[in-house]
Amino acid sequence: MKFTLRIWRQRGPNERGGFVTYPVDDVSSDMSFLEMLDALNQRLIVAGEDPVAFEHDCREGICGSCSLVIDGVPHGPDRGVTTCQLYMRRFVDGATITIEPWRAKAFPIIKDLVVDRRALDRIMQAGGYISVNTGGAVDANTLLIGKEEAETAMDAASCIGCGACVAACKNASAMLFVAAKVSHLALLPQGKPERTRRVMAMVRAMEREGFGSCGNQYECEAVCPKQISVRFIALLNREYLRASLTETRLSTRSDSSHGESY
Amino acid sequence: MGSHVITLDPQVPPGPLEMKWDRRRFSGHLVSPANKRRIKIIVVGTGLAGASAASTLGQLGYQVECFCFHDSPRRAHSIAAQGGINAAKNYQDDGDSVARLFYDTIKGGDFRSREANVYRLAQISTQIIDQCVALGVPFAREYGGQLANRSFGGVQVSRTFYCRGQTGQQLLLGAYSALCWQIERGQVTMRPRTEMLDVIVVDGHARGIVVRDLVTGRLSAHTAHAVVLATGGYSNVYYLSTNASGCNVTATYRAWKQGAAFANPSFTQIHPTAIPPVGVHQAKLTLMSESLRNDGRLWVPVSPSDRRPPNEIPPSERDYFLERRYPRFGNLVPRDVASRAVKAICDEGRGVGPGGQGVYLDFSDVIRQQGIDVVRERYGNLFEMYERITGENAYEVPMRIYPAPHYTMGGLWVDYNLMSTIPGLFVIGEANFADHGANRLGASSLMQGLADGYFILPYTIGHYLATVHSPPIPEDHRASRAALERVEVRLKKLVQAKGRQRTAASFHRALGKILWDYCGMSRCAAGLRRALEAIPSLREEFWRDVVVPGSGEAFNQELEYAGRVADFLEFAELMCHDALHREESCGAHFREEYQTEEGEPRRDDEQFAYVAAWEYREGETPVLHKEPLNFEFVQPTARSYQ
Ligand SMILES: Cc1cc2nc3c(=O)[nH]c(=O)nc-3n(C[C@H](O)[C@H](O)[C@H](O)COP(=O)(O)OP(=O)(O)OC[C@H]3O[C@@H](n4cnc5c(N)ncnc54)[C@H](O)[C@@H]3O)c2cc1C
Ligand code: FES
Repeated sequence: MKFTLRIWRQRGPNERGGFVTYPVDDVSSDMSFLEMLDALNQRLIVAGEDPVAFEHDCREGICGSCSLVIDGVPHGPDRGVTTCQLYMRRFVDGATITIEPWRAKAFPIIKDLVVDRRALDRIMQAGGYISVNTGGAVDANTLLIGKEEAETAMDAASCIGCGACVAACKNASAMLFVAAKVSHLALLPQGKPERTRRVMAMVRAMEREGFGSCGNQYECEAVCPKQISVRFIALLNREYLRASLTETRLSTRSDSSHGESY
Repeated sequence: MGSHVITLDPQVPPGPLEMKWDRRRFSGHLVSPANKRRIKIIVVGTGLAGASAASTLGQLGYQVECFCFHDSPRRAHSIAAQGGINAAKNYQDDGDSVARLFYDTIKGGDFRSREANVYRLAQISTQIIDQCVALGVPFAREYGGQLANRSFGGVQVSRTFYCRGQTGQQLLLGAYSALCWQIERGQVTMRPRTEMLDVIVVDGHARGIVVRDLVTGRLSAHTAHAVVLATGGYSNVYYLSTNASGCNVTATYRAWKQGAAFANPSFTQIHPTAIPPVGVHQAKLTLMSESLRNDGRLWVPVSPSDRRPPNEIPPSERDYFLERRYPRFGNLVPRDVASRAVKAICDEGRGVGPGGQGVYLDFSDVIRQQGIDVVRERYGNLFEMYERITGENAYEVPMRIYPAPHYTMGGLWVDYNLMSTIPGLFVIGEANFADHGANRLGASSLMQGLADGYFILPYTIGHYLATVHSPPIPEDHRASRAALERVEVRLKKLVQAKGRQRTAASFHRALGKILWDYCGMSRCAAGLRRALEAIPSLREEFWRDVVVPGSGEAFNQELEYAGRVADFLEFAELMCHDALHREESCGAHFREEYQTEEGEPRRDDEQFAYVAAWEYREGETPVLHKEPLNFEFVQPTARSYQ
């Protein structure tokens, strides 16, 4: 197969970027999309040119490293897969394919197709955990959790943190990401004691990082490689409302629900 | 390397097996809370082992500085583990116990691991599940709300806990969330996109590391009171493996060059069920979970010349070779046994698919007996993944599978306290050699990583810190400067303009082929000697011809990669020395000269019941040290699955 690739090249965070066109031939339909880019890079290196920087690691759709916008769609034309799980047999021979990085204010470009996604980690650090010490846990079966509840929590917990939801959103909102994280813990009994603090802290961190607000367009759900449902956004909104009320009530008292200040 | 002499003292506490860990914890010295605040620990790696260790150390009050080369700690390769994690909970009441998990692991490792370590692992296994549930890991549940279990190869009880096909992801997200908490509290300073390139050794003790900031290219030295390596396994030395593309040997290999003994480097696990390779463009091999062997049957046509499509071959003309050779365990024999059987079939010319590299993994019987919906519920995501990659529908035609490098039992030698032969350098997770002997059983690596990180290291490192005198050292100490210079020289050499132009990947591929052919699923003296000749000349060519565009002072993925390949090119030689010296077959190490008439491995306990720990000597052949394995509690027996 043969393709014409239009790839976004940008030397560094503060440099101007632009599209560069590369013809590739000799592409086998069994190649993955990233293997095709590997082949292009091998050619560029031997020619003494700078290879295209892009992220990848597991190459099986779970680590969340790969992050390409392909013909305008994060992770490309197929639903429910990451870029690394996309195969060339999916494309029409001879096509022109445009490849861009995730674009969002909160994800500055490092080089070419590589962006800085640490903002997502900082949201997690703000409250995306259950604060239990190692060693103090009770027997795991002491806590009974219904199959349905566990499965729903697992649906939310499947998020791979790739950031496609942000890249797909016109407002570059991280709502689906935060919703998945908040819902995972809010749905489980272990997560209940800190739910008020958690949702407030994570939503505030999201705003601080410069992610936009949710416009209810649901492009995020459409591109999510783990098909995380927007109903978790509704759940997040409920959690947030509940927490705001609790917080207002608590702030009239001297201590917070968490026993520490925000 | 310093004047450091290697001694292998395993430091196993005396007394009955069940009491050893208690005794160690009781006899260990403690660091007072006030002192912990003044002690800094470096943790390299944020997989299950590193994230659980860094978070627990932070929670205990130490100052932790944690590094990973990924853009986020959550992307460590542990994220990709599919099947599950073992624990001797006996929730199924099917006869499991700590003693049985211990025995299965020792036997699975073909009696090449240290009894005391394995017993401790089995003891701690139950606490791991409790800890993970407390952190919010959404394990699979029964309708009544209790935890569910599944079975894995090489055992006869059901003790594997799982989260769909994403167990590693959920366990890692649990450990990562604990790490996030400690980062938020200021106990852990996290440095992602930072690669460790050397160890700083002062007066014989590990006191820091040299790192490269992968965004700016800047090199810097970081000092501490102790260093923990949790940098994972090196299956990528074979070029193609089931591992993530970033997995490498650099951290442990550079530590080896500074005096840490490397144990059993040739013990590498080849997993039987991966999707067969199709062409040179191939960048990785995709694992098809071991759980498929619960229901899928492996076969090839009886006649090598049979080219009919699989569905047209009648049962009488099929060879269900695992069931034929191992009637008791059938398709559920351990990985090493299954992989060798597949290889033997393909070597006979009876393999199927392109290049004869493959055998069928057939679900038609279970589909007929239990219905397609049952199969879809159990393995739907794997069938989808298979179809995406191969374009074939495995509900209609059998899957084709072929073995792939997957896990490395070898690693830096550690004593019972998980400390290497460099005092103050601790090694945890897949990076150490500890618990799996010559072969690892499914679902036991996640268990080991979390046991090391949450429960063992935080104790044993405390004893070291309480008993050692470590005067403060400045970041520009002589040893730091020397280490920085070693790193700088090497990086410069990589980016220098070269004569002929060849990419790092093409060298890596060539190295992988040498190792796969001569130090893979089966090995022989002649082949290993050939590899030992071929590797140095390939390495020479590499340094002469490898082309790395750009400079070291910027984000440069090709430079990162070339540096890892350079280390693989040295390390591969160590693997071959180890494989050559071990004149027996045990676990994943199969030496063609040492087999029974039926082709089963012949272990030699008289001569080889030891851990081979290798010492680095500049410009010389590595020197072998032996840690004898004394089996006090189980008697090594022939490991039969027939
Ligand atoms: C496809 C697949 C499926 C598997 N399934 C299972 C399973 O079901 N059950 C099971 O028990 N095991 C399974 N395993 C094995 C298991 O996943 C691994 O052995 C285990 O996760 C290793 O964990 P770790 O913490 O030691 O290392 P990793 O998770 O590999 O983490 C290594 C860390 O070190 C960092 N690092 C490495 N080198 C450097 C450096 N030089 N500088 C800075 N940072 C560095 C990385 O960034 C990373 O954070 C599977 C493995 C594979 C490949
Ligand atoms: S490379 Fe890991 S999800 Fe694509």
